[in-house]
Amino acid sequence: MYTYERPKVEYKGLSLTIVRLATKWGAIGIPLLLRFAWGVFFAAVVAVVAFVWIVGRFINPLLPWFIRDVVVVVGLLAFVCIVAIIGIWGERKVSGRIQSRLGPMRTGHWHGWAQSLADGLKFVQKEDLIPRDADQPLFRLAPYVALVPAFCAYLALPFGVGWVFRSADVSLLFVLAMLAIEVLGVIMAGWASNSKWSLYGAMREGCQLVSYEIPMGLSLLAAVVATGSVNLIELGEVQSGGWFSWLIFQNPFLFLAFFTYYIASLASCKRSPFDLPEGESELVAGFHTEYSGFRFVMFFFAEYVAMFAVSALATIIFLGGWHSPIGGPSSPLWFVLKSTFLVWVQMWVRWTLPRIRIDQVMHACVKYLLPFTLLLFLGSSLWQLYDNPAHPAFKTFAHLLHYGLGCVGLLLLGLYFTGMGYGYYNRNRLVGQMARKHLPGA
Amino acid sequence: MKEIELQCQPDLLYDGEIPSDVRTEELMLNMGPQHPSTHGVLRVVLQTDGELVLKATPYIGYLHRCAEKIAEKVTYRQFTPYTDRLDYLAAMNNNLGFALAVEKLGGIEVPPRADYLRVIFAELNRIGSHLMATGSYGLDMGAFTPLVYCFREREWIMDLFESASGARLTYSYITIGGVREDLPDGWVQRCREFLDYFEPKITEYNNLLSYNHIFINRTGNVGVCPADLAVAYGGTGPCLRGSGLAWDLRKATPYCRYNEFDFDIPVGRGQNGAVGDCWDRYFVRILEMVQSVRIVRQALDKLTDGPVQTKVPRIVKLPAGEVYYEVENPRGQLGFHLVSDGGTSAYRLKIRGPSFCNLSVLPVLAPNCLLADISALLGSIDIVMGEVDR
Repeated sequence: MYTYERPKVEYKGLSLTIVRLATKWGAIGIPLLLRFAWGVFFAAVVAVVAFVWIVGRFINPLLPWFIRDVVVVVGLLAFVCIVAIIGIWGERKVSGRIQSRLGPMRTGHWHGWAQSLADGLKFVQKEDLIPRDADQPLFRLAPYVALVPAFCAYLALPFGVGWVFRSADVSLLFVLAMLAIEVLGVIMAGWASNSKWSLYGAMREGCQLVSYEIPMGLSLLAAVVATGSVNLIELGEVQSGGWFSWLIFQNPFLFLAFFTYYIASLASCKRSPFDLPEGESELVAGFHTEYSGFRFVMFFFAEYVAMFAVSALATIIFLGGWHSPIGGPSSPLWFVLKSTFLVWVQMWVRWTLPRIRIDQVMHACVKYLLPFTLLLFLGSSLWQLYDNPAHPAFKTFAHLLHYGLGCVGLLLLGLYFTGMGYGYYNRNRLVGQMARKHLPGA
Repeated sequence: MKEIELQCQPDLLYDGEIPSDVRTEELMLNMGPQHPSTHGVLRVVLQTDGELVLKATPYIGYLHRCAEKIAEKVTYRQFTPYTDRLDYLAAMNNNLGFALAVEKLGGIEVPPRADYLRVIFAELNRIGSHLMATGSYGLDMGAFTPLVYCFREREWIMDLFESASGARLTYSYITIGGVREDLPDGWVQRCREFLDYFEPKITEYNNLLSYNHIFINRTGNVGVCPADLAVAYGGTGPCLRGSGLAWDLRKATPYCRYNEFDFDIPVGRGQNGAVGDCWDRYFVRILEMVQSVRIVRQALDKLTDGPVQTKVPRIVKLPAGEVYYEVENPRGQLGFHLVSDGGTSAYRLKIRGPSFCNLSVLPVLAPNCLLADISALLGSIDIVMGEVDR
């Protein structure tokens, strides 16, 4: 019988030194490092600050800004990775709970929090597979073209005043443009894979994303008209002062524009019910059918990164950005919290609805969503024309409507929390006897 | 295998002018045998024009296991486990069909308790099978959640079957001369509990999937199969009743005392499109689950004490002759044409698989569908490849 024997690895040269150090000194060094982790961390911070100050004072005054940029980009990259990792884990937990399952429970002990990390490790170890007849350079390039623009959108995305990499005057346009580039990577992947299923997925994505970009942009334009700025920081800052000053409640057109934006953003992120490009029951896996290993991870990451980005955009423009709903101090935490809520709604929708057919997707966009958002844009413009001190009667009407809409929003939120409470208190009954027996945590 | 010839013809549906230097061609798409929505190893070769399907040709035989030939080599009792593997989602019904065919040829009488048990298990398995069909149809439409809900309920049925027969998928429980063993203690009570639990869940599926606007748009008016077409292609079961014909063997030629039970035959009415569309075929299954629950309740009430098996020798010998017996399976009429030359095994056994006949209508319904409708169609026909290929 043939048995596989692992070849003995003999370390030589530098690797021998590293292995020796790791086995000999790592046992002492790593616990020591952990013991003084906070001290080491603060020392590092002090050292970096001192270094930057010395560089800026004595060597080159522009260099500290360069260092700051590098640090922030690395931080953003880390944030984006964390968003994707937590998003993927969250998706699995959310789907599990919706489907009366548990989702991952083992890896990392606490509710399987390390599942995505473990999956990522597994993916990294996979063989680098490229189909023989694939267009090699394009096949290799495509995942980067999908992921990098989605990350670039974060460069102009403010997390709060001062919490932004580059505060551009046209940051809204920049973010939208970056999110739109993702389609290029998808089409590239579909074409380069040399598989008909992938090609179908790519073509669907192309159709869908290009058409839904228009209602998406138009819905945002309704808000831009109301504030007179495409700078995301200014758009966020006009909404300070609590729930009722959020842009979504300012007038009925903006209220509706939020929902049209949200629908269009679902389509632009390939989320259900618009997940045709990767509809697994029709197109096997759509444009990433032939991808495996780390390249697949990049597409996967791109999806979650884009999900958070569109939700962040909705938060900044309609839901008061980094401002607290109760009028307290604003904070990036509020921003992350609201965006996370919108991401959760995306997941909720995904695990509830069936998928739309491609012709229905296009009809829904061209026949209904596009004219509707055009009307919203027109209505929002007209509203701005009348909503000023020159028309005192309209002002009163506008005020009433404004607070009415705010109350509608409160009602929606209340309904959500009521449903949540109902579900929580009846969790045993709703899940059912069978599941209760089989799922200890349900 | 014969390759389908590619016809190079100008675009059939594009009205505008095609520049002379542009040559358009139809795309041949190979769907399966490994494809998530072909429900097994079905291979469909599609000729497509963009998303539009012009022609669909199913190729079968990837799961052929010579079941009919095996029947000629093994004894009748030994063949019962092979019937499990035909329509592996409705093994009880397959067992029942084969047992009835053998009993008819051999003139074997079955005690009343065994008859009621057979009805109970056949109907429970019909529920299980329809649950699977419903759930996976949701999956075909892109809704993952109904599948898991359906599996949750099917699990209970599996547990019931497991406690009675010891197996969860291939039961071989209904055998020649009755059923293999009597019920364990408390089984009837657990079965009643399941029925009480399950009935309200059907409303849940309807709210989640059946009446979902997107779902109706995807399945209503898609793959319309008129009644005469269904009859012409030998469609049976939900595929026939979905087309509006109230034909059910349990009513038409009652076996196993089905005439004692009070139940209706649900038919497709075309509530969301034409009669015989995918939605009708899907919804007939939902309604049949309700009827099955009714039948099981009545059968549980009628369940009498007594033996569950007549004395049949271990090696059954049937007199020379032939018999054709059909039963109503979840997917349609399962027929066994049994020819005996007086020996201990069949001279010839021909199985009429309902999925096989229902699938034959696919090439007629598929043209002018969209690509996504193919999975809607296949899902609504609800084939099991184990039975198509046998």
